[in-house]
Amino acid sequence: MIAPSAGPPAAVELSGVDKVFPGGRGRPEVRALVGVDLTVAAGDLVTFIGPSGCGKSTLLRLIADLTGPSAGTVRVNGKPARQARLDQDYGIAFQQAGLMDWRTVVRNVELPLELHGWDRARRRDRALELLELVGLSDFAGAYPAELSGGMQQRVAIARALAIGPKLLLMDEPFGALDEMTRERLQVELARIARETEATVVFVTHSISEAVYLSDRVVVMSSRPGRVTTVVDVRLGERTEDTRESPDFFAKVTEVREALRGRATVWAAEER
Amino acid sequence: MTGAIGELGPAAPVAAADAPPPPSTRRERGWGRSVRRAGWFAASVVLVCALWEAYKLVGSPDGGSLFGVRVLPRADDASMPHVWEVLRRFGRPESSAADSSPVVVGVLEAVWFTFRVAMAGLLLGVLVGLLLGVVMQRYAVAERGLLPYVVLSQTVPLIALAPLVVGWAGRLHIGELTWRPWMSVAVIAAYLAFFPMAVGALRGLRSPPAYAVELMLSYSASYRQSLLRLRLPAAVPYLIPALRLAAAAAIVGAIVAEISTGTRGGIGRLVIEYSREATSDPAKVYTAFLGAAALGLLVAGLVALLDHALSRYQPVRGS
Repeated sequence: MIAPSAGPPAAVELSGVDKVFPGGRGRPEVRALVGVDLTVAAGDLVTFIGPSGCGKSTLLRLIADLTGPSAGTVRVNGKPARQARLDQDYGIAFQQAGLMDWRTVVRNVELPLELHGWDRARRRDRALELLELVGLSDFAGAYPAELSGGMQQRVAIARALAIGPKLLLMDEPFGALDEMTRERLQVELARIARETEATVVFVTHSISEAVYLSDRVVVMSSRPGRVTTVVDVRLGERTEDTRESPDFFAKVTEVREALRGRATVWAAEER
Repeated sequence: MTGAIGELGPAAPVAAADAPPPPSTRRERGWGRSVRRAGWFAASVVLVCALWEAYKLVGSPDGGSLFGVRVLPRADDASMPHVWEVLRRFGRPESSAADSSPVVVGVLEAVWFTFRVAMAGLLLGVLVGLLLGVVMQRYAVAERGLLPYVVLSQTVPLIALAPLVVGWAGRLHIGELTWRPWMSVAVIAAYLAFFPMAVGALRGLRSPPAYAVELMLSYSASYRQSLLRLRLPAAVPYLIPALRLAAAAAIVGAIVAEISTGTRGGIGRLVIEYSREATSDPAKVYTAFLGAAALGLLVAGLVALLDHALSRYQPVRGS
């Protein structure tokens, strides 16, 4: 794990975080996360990977302050997660694009700006700029129902970027897309992350997606959910060729082994 | 940036695997559909008239009985006047008095009166229903406390309610406002209309999925912002059918309330008045019936216009 430097605050800092969902009516309580310590350095692209039920989405929701921890602290950009949410320090995208069907594409991207009182002309300019970034300038006036799933997801990414956040949180945003679309959007996300210099925290259950995108892959296990290993990837500038490089395959193997529970062995060899 | 990424930059072409849905699944917004619907409606009116006349041709003047119970109506002119008789009756004077105006004027005036009262009731009912829906969606306690009473309210028979409203409100004086009989009728209409609105609003306001609600939370949007930007627009597909039910309930409520409170001037009262002459002037009763039907159509048409105006808030039809 990389220690937080003395300079600018880490983008995300979790220490001793537990999350317990209380049981009741015959259901046992669920220990979704136990003892999570994790630091995400500013500018990094970090993915959470693990089996279903390992609490990776819960971890993201804790960072987003959509839910609170049962124990421990969550800090975002050096302040409590709640303050970071109120200050709009992050943008978020979910597996479902979650666009408002009654708004045009450009008005969907404008939504967060509208909520924060940007005037009409300024938010329109900003939204069009972002649509250009995600390659959907021609669809500004279209309704979401007229777009494909991949295009809707790109609108959702543009919307998450609207307020110019330093941190982008993504919960399996490409999970519902076909493989071809998925790979293309991964390339685009890598480019967008570089161009906007945003920190990205990305939840996935695809090993190749995690390795391709990440500077670091946080490997998690379930029952109870916890972080088992952090794999450093850093494949440098990513292109389509990256997917066929030996380094890529080596890292895919490393993450796969970590998921199978032989994490410590590999981590030791790396150091 | 290398070439491979550049190619996939802003100008990236859309791959076939991720093509947008074909245009046929797009919303049908044109007036073409409305015109076609109107055409079908006109055809159905003609068909009903034809069936009416056909039955008069073949049916027995004494009706049909099965084991002493009449199952088919009498087909004689006193029970079922000819369609053209009814239409012609519209043009003839209401009574034998010298200054009597044609029936059509009386019917239209009564329809206009009841229309205004029913609209006032509908408006009140919609407001109350929406408000209840909003409160019940926001506060779980309110839902548990209010919903049983909302449901219970509809089990009170209208006939029992009418004298209560008249008796209670009739003595009401709020400043300059003196209670008029039509207000009692509007209140009763509202009493019937609020129910579908409250239930529809509650379901509709709850319809946004969890991720949409969380998205608004992530924007640290206020309750008011998420109500106006997310919940209300998302509720429209539930509110329009609710409004259709509420409008029908308001009309039925207004007509029945006019009768049971003895309020003069509306179509409900007119049906009763004309019915007294049913044996001597059967066509006249039907003019009042047609007036009531026209009132229903008018209101249904208004709801359809609103539906059309809000079509962008509603899911894609067809495909």
